Amino acid sequence: MEILAGSISAGLLIGMVFALVALGLTIVFGVMDIVNFAHGEFLMIGMYTALLTSQATGMDPLLTLPVAGVVGYLLGIVCYTGFVKYLLRGPMVAQLLGTFGLMLVLRNLALLFFGSEDRTIHKGILVNRSIELFMGVRVPVTKLAAAALSVIAFVLIWLLINRTRIGKALLATALNAQGARYMGISTERMNTFAWGIGGATVTIAGALLANFWSFTPYVGLLFTMIAFTIVALGGFGSIPGAFVAGILVGFITEIPGFWDYLTYLSGQRWMAKVPMSSFKYTGVYLAYFMIMLIRPRGLFGWKT
Amino acid sequence: MPENMPQPAPILELENIRVRYGGLPVINGLSLKVLEGELVCVVGTNGSGKSTILRAIMGTQHAFDGKILFNGKPIHHLNTEAIVAMGLVYVPEEKMLFRPLSVEENLRLGAFLLKDEKRIAENLDFVFGLFPRLKERRKQAASTLSGGEQQMVAVGRGLMSNPKILMLDELSLGLAPILVDELLDTVVRLKHEGLTILLVEQNVREALAICDRGYVLQTGKVVQEGSGKELIGSESVRKAFLGL
Repeated sequence: MEILAGSISAGLLIGMVFALVALGLTIVFGVMDIVNFAHGEFLMIGMYTALLTSQATGMDPLLTLPVAGVVGYLLGIVCYTGFVKYLLRGPMVAQLLGTFGLMLVLRNLALLFFGSEDRTIHKGILVNRSIELFMGVRVPVTKLAAAALSVIAFVLIWLLINRTRIGKALLATALNAQGARYMGISTERMNTFAWGIGGATVTIAGALLANFWSFTPYVGLLFTMIAFTIVALGGFGSIPGAFVAGILVGFITEIPGFWDYLTYLSGQRWMAKVPMSSFKYTGVYLAYFMIMLIRPRGLFGWKT
Repeated sequence: MPENMPQPAPILELENIRVRYGGLPVINGLSLKVLEGELVCVVGTNGSGKSTILRAIMGTQHAFDGKILFNGKPIHHLNTEAIVAMGLVYVPEEKMLFRPLSVEENLRLGAFLLKDEKRIAENLDFVFGLFPRLKERRKQAASTLSGGEQQMVAVGRGLMSNPKILMLDELSLGLAPILVDELLDTVVRLKHEGLTILLVEQNVREALAICDRGYVLQTGKVVQEGSGKELIGSESVRKAFLGL
């Protein structure tokens, strides 16, 4: 039972962080129908921002979150106003290749400045501690805090979009950009803002992940794929969808844990020999293909 | 107000504008003007370029030649948001509602440029007074309304920002005759409240019956202009549009 409860809680916690990883992607897609292949690279930059800021200032990694958020916000705005804005005038293929190119540029800049060795954050008030949740299930405090802060960030963004004037304007732009312009809303400013909050949320997610995830400048692609799966599953442009799908994808990455539990229950020797943990993310990619085949609209989608 | 001024100033003037669409000329040197407090209509058949005029005024489809003046100031180089901010409001033919949002949310977005919550509330009351059916359905998503009700939301949303001139594009399109009458009665009422209105319609008879002045458009050019009564009585309009 402990193995099962452990897998469930691990899936739930990482799923909440995954949801925050995908939030920015779904907002940017919702507002301007562009898929950002460099999304995972933003997250990678968030990880390095947390690491380098805490190294340089001696600050606890947890306190670097606002720094990561500001870096991500500015990075999003710079990418939009300096590059993506021009891509939007071109055909779809230009947009795809354009953000793909942005991904390569950011990754290689990171390799140039940070090198390719594996990095981890070793210190901090959260690192290397764990607490017992229930039934003997212990979870690392880093993951618990990351999940809790992700949920808070999610709620704040939801409130921003649904309860504030600028949020309503963002929503209007997402629903009908031309209609929004006729209301006097500057859709250009809304696009910039969407990239800003998209960048800020994913770099904050990166800074949270950095506390328990070792990383190199190559880490982005995995998270881009995870974010794509979540956004496709939850429905392109849907914020509640991203949250639910994030948790589902969290469970998918815990399939090896569930497999171990089944092995233990059945007592089948051959099951123990299957290297399930090597296929941890294969399940995520498989889920992506299944969604595209069966329900491309996603669970909560209003755009296709 | 018009009664104090012997000669009302033109609020909107189009001088010899030309618009191309995909390289093809759609508007060929068109001039028209709207005086303060007037209800002006532009009529013509499908494809005569009526809607293009409004899109050119709103900066969505730029005129490549000619001038568009609002209160004497050129606006043809401005973007749509800046034009809206000056008080020119457009109710598009496609309505462009924010479909999943409620009637009230749609109307409130119409008042996006107003910051005074009291004035927004007053305007909301005004719109609900004009279209009581919208008040009953204020919490309902715009997508669940009938075509006529959606048109009411579109017009109401346009009124929410206290426009200086309201431009209505094909108000009657796809609506039952009784609803068309109802909406056009509302247009007349708005005119009596002092609003300046530019109406583009293919429902020629009804539009000419309510307007102060009208322009008849054919292949991107004004072929006839005059008061509504004059046009409705003119031989060529009767032949071309009214089937008489």
